[in-house]
Parts: sequence; structure tokens; C-alpha cells
Amino acid sequence: MKALGVLAAIALALALQTTMARFIVGGSAAVDLVLVAVVAVALTVGPVGGMLAGSAAGLIQDALASGVVGIGGLAKTIVGFLAGAFGQQFIVTAALPRLVIFVAATVLHGVVFMGLYYVLDLRVFPSPWKALGAQALGNALVGIVAFGIIESLPGIVERRRARRIRR
Amino acid sequence: MALLDIRQRTGWLFAAVVVSHIILISAQVTTKRGVPVLQEVTFGVFAEMQRGATSAVSSAQDGWQNYFALQQIRQENERLHKEVTQLQLTLQQERTLAQQSRTLQQLLDLKSTSGFETAAANVIGSGADPEFRTITVDKGTQDGLRTDMAVIAPAGVVGRVLMPTSRAAKVQLLIDRDAAAGVMVERSRVSGVITGVGSTEEFGFTAGLVELNYVPGSADVKKGDRVVTSGIDGIYPKGLPVGEIQSAERVAGQWRIRVKPAVDFSSLEAVLVVLKTPDAAAEHAQVATDGDR
Repeated sequence: MKALGVLAAIALALALQTTMARFIVGGSAAVDLVLVAVVAVALTVGPVGGMLAGSAAGLIQDALASGVVGIGGLAKTIVGFLAGAFGQQFIVTAALPRLVIFVAATVLHGVVFMGLYYVLDLRVFPSPWKALGAQALGNALVGIVAFGIIESLPGIVERRRARRIRR
Repeated sequence: MALLDIRQRTGWLFAAVVVSHIILISAQVTTKRGVPVLQEVTFGVFAEMQRGATSAVSSAQDGWQNYFALQQIRQENERLHKEVTQLQLTLQQERTLAQQSRTLQQLLDLKSTSGFETAAANVIGSGADPEFRTITVDKGTQDGLRTDMAVIAPAGVVGRVLMPTSRAAKVQLLIDRDAAAGVMVERSRVSGVITGVGSTEEFGFTAGLVELNYVPGSADVKKGDRVVTSGIDGIYPKGLPVGEIQSAERVAGQWRIRVKPAVDFSSLEAVLVVLKTPDAAAEHAQVATDGDR
């Protein structure tokens, strides 16, 4: 069940990223929903789940993009693993710690992603830190909201069931 | 089952996934030379492995060969050591033979140039008592040796025959305490008598000094003068070298002269015994002629 949930979350994130993300912030890639999903999965299920989710999501994202397949996968694998490990070691339930994790994960992902492109002399990113900062902020906000929704879902379902029973 | 559970080996799994991604990236990216990174990295890694393997094999091969070579060298070394020892022995023998040959050659020269009738003799022994400076030679009365015959060497006077037996003879050296010989200083023709000093502080046939006595205080003598036999003693033929004046001091109006013998008595190997001098031979012939008359 957990694996299915993870796959569903990643699929949803990919679908949203490819269709709706460009409408969210002025058409630029200011939010990486797939990365948000990977971090959320990692914090929920741990480093192995986060790593596998990151690897799969990154590879699919790479395949859908025109870049080198594997760079995004590698970046998300590392982020998923470290976020999962961090989530296992520390209590990350409040909004602020989650915000920090999302920001850190985004920065790490950006460093690995853009760093690899730069090292391999494949692509140059103009003013990467500015874009990275904006994306980190965007990811953090979306992540906190998404987490809030996910965590409130079981309560909503329970309340609906209770109402049906009363009727 | 815990071993099969990937959650128990998170680190390894993470490493495997990362490596897989790196391989995947490398397969797509090419270097500036146009070669895929994966190919270049793989080739580079395998080249280093091949280099290491080749180096290890070569080292092992060299070590093995060196071990065998070392074994052979050790045997060779032992063989060469033996050979060197043998050669050193042979060389020493050759040197001895060469020295003997030189000595004999010198004796032969002396024999032919002196005009004396001589008998060559080898030194076969030395005196048993260091106080008495004698040697034993391998010729005796059978070879014509008689008492008081002069014994000479290429360098000069050795001594006189003291006691001949049939096949050997004892020779008194000039440095013996009881030895004496009539001599003269070659330069000034001053006569005197050489007597042995003996050398109680030294053992064996080391070269000692002899004294030149009975030299008048007014005589012309100085250090470095050669001393030769005068022939007046009836034993030593005239003119044979005896030695060189080592020191000449005038004590109470008399000369005290020390002479260094010309012969190195410590290295005598062969000598000549003067059987007849030309004068004696002529005298002998005269006596025979008178007898016939």
C-alpha cells in the first residue's frame, strides 16, 4: 500500500509539474513539484523509500526533459536519501523544520543538478543562485501546504464516515 | 533473511543507486575528444587495472627470477671464493718460485763473474740458538766443502763454513758474535777487522750490525763508506762486499765503527761456497808442478 501511495504521489507530481507548474509562477520553473513529492515521501517513509522514489522520479523527469538522463535522477536520489535519513533522526513535524528541509533539499538538488551539468560542460545556468533561491522558497511553501493537505486527509475521511453513519 | 532485506543495507543500496546513475550519465556524455565518458572512464579504470596486474605479474616474475638468480649467484660466489683462494695460493707459489729463480739467477751471475770455483748450496736450516748466528746448507764434504771456506751471496759475504758433514754444512754468519773477517774501507783502503756483534735482543735471522775494529784513530773513515774483504785472513777472497758504514764515532782517540752488512741474512735462500780462489788454484797448480819435478 505504501509503495502504491508513493508511486501515486510521484505520478501526480509529475503530471502536475508537466501540465500545471508553468501556470503557478509566471511560467518559469520556480517550483519543482517532483522534488517536493520526493522530499515528502522521504520524510514519510524513510531514506530507502526516499532514495528509490527520487531515483525513479528523477529518471522519469529526465526522460521527459531533453537533458541527460540520470543527472536529475542522481540529484533526487541523493536528496531523497538524505531527507529520509534526516527525517528518521529528527522530529520534523512542525512547519518551520519542514520549511528548512525543503529549502535545504532544493539547494542541494540544485547544486548537484547544475553542478553536474557545469562539470560535464553540458550547460551553463545564468544566475543560478537567484533561480535556486526562488525555487527553494517556492518548493518550501508548496511542500508545507502539500504536507498539511496530506496529513489532514485521514481526518476528513473519518469525519465524512461519521456523518454518513449518523444519517 | 536480514541479509536480503535491503533496508538493512541502506548505505550499500544508496551507493549502488548512485553508481548506477553515474554510469547512466557517463554513457550519454562525451568528453571534449568526442569519446563517451563511460568508455573513457571504463577504459581508464581497466587500463590502470591492467597496468597494476601487469606490474604485479612482472614483479612476481622478477622476484622469482631474482630468487633463482640469487641462488645461482650464491653457488657461483662460493665457487669463485674457492677459485680465488686457490689462485692466491698458486700466485704465492709462483711468487716464491720467481723469487727463487731470481736468487738462483743472481747466484749464477756471481758464479760466472767472480772467477772462483764455487758450489751452490741451498739454505735448509738455521741455528737452533739465537746467540749463535749460523745456517745449514745442503752441501757437504761430498761436494768439496771444507772448514773455513768462504760462503758468499750475490750481495756480499755471508760467512764461512764452520762444520761440514758429508751432505750438509753449518755456516757461521758474519753477524755471529764469534765471526771475524779481514776487511778494508774501499775508498781510503784503511784495513780493519769485522767482528759480529750478535743481537741478543732480536731473535731469528734479522739483519744485525757488525763492528769494524782495529782501525787507527787517524784513519779516513766516514759514514756511507763501503767495506770490502781485504783477503788477509785467508778465508774470504779479496774485494767481496761486506757492508756499508752505518756510524763512525771517535771515542778516546779510537774509531768505533758500525757496519751494516750488505747481505740480508733474514732472506737467505741459496748461497755459493767458494771452493777455490784463482790465487789458490794457481798456488795449487804450482805445488803440483813442483811435486812432479
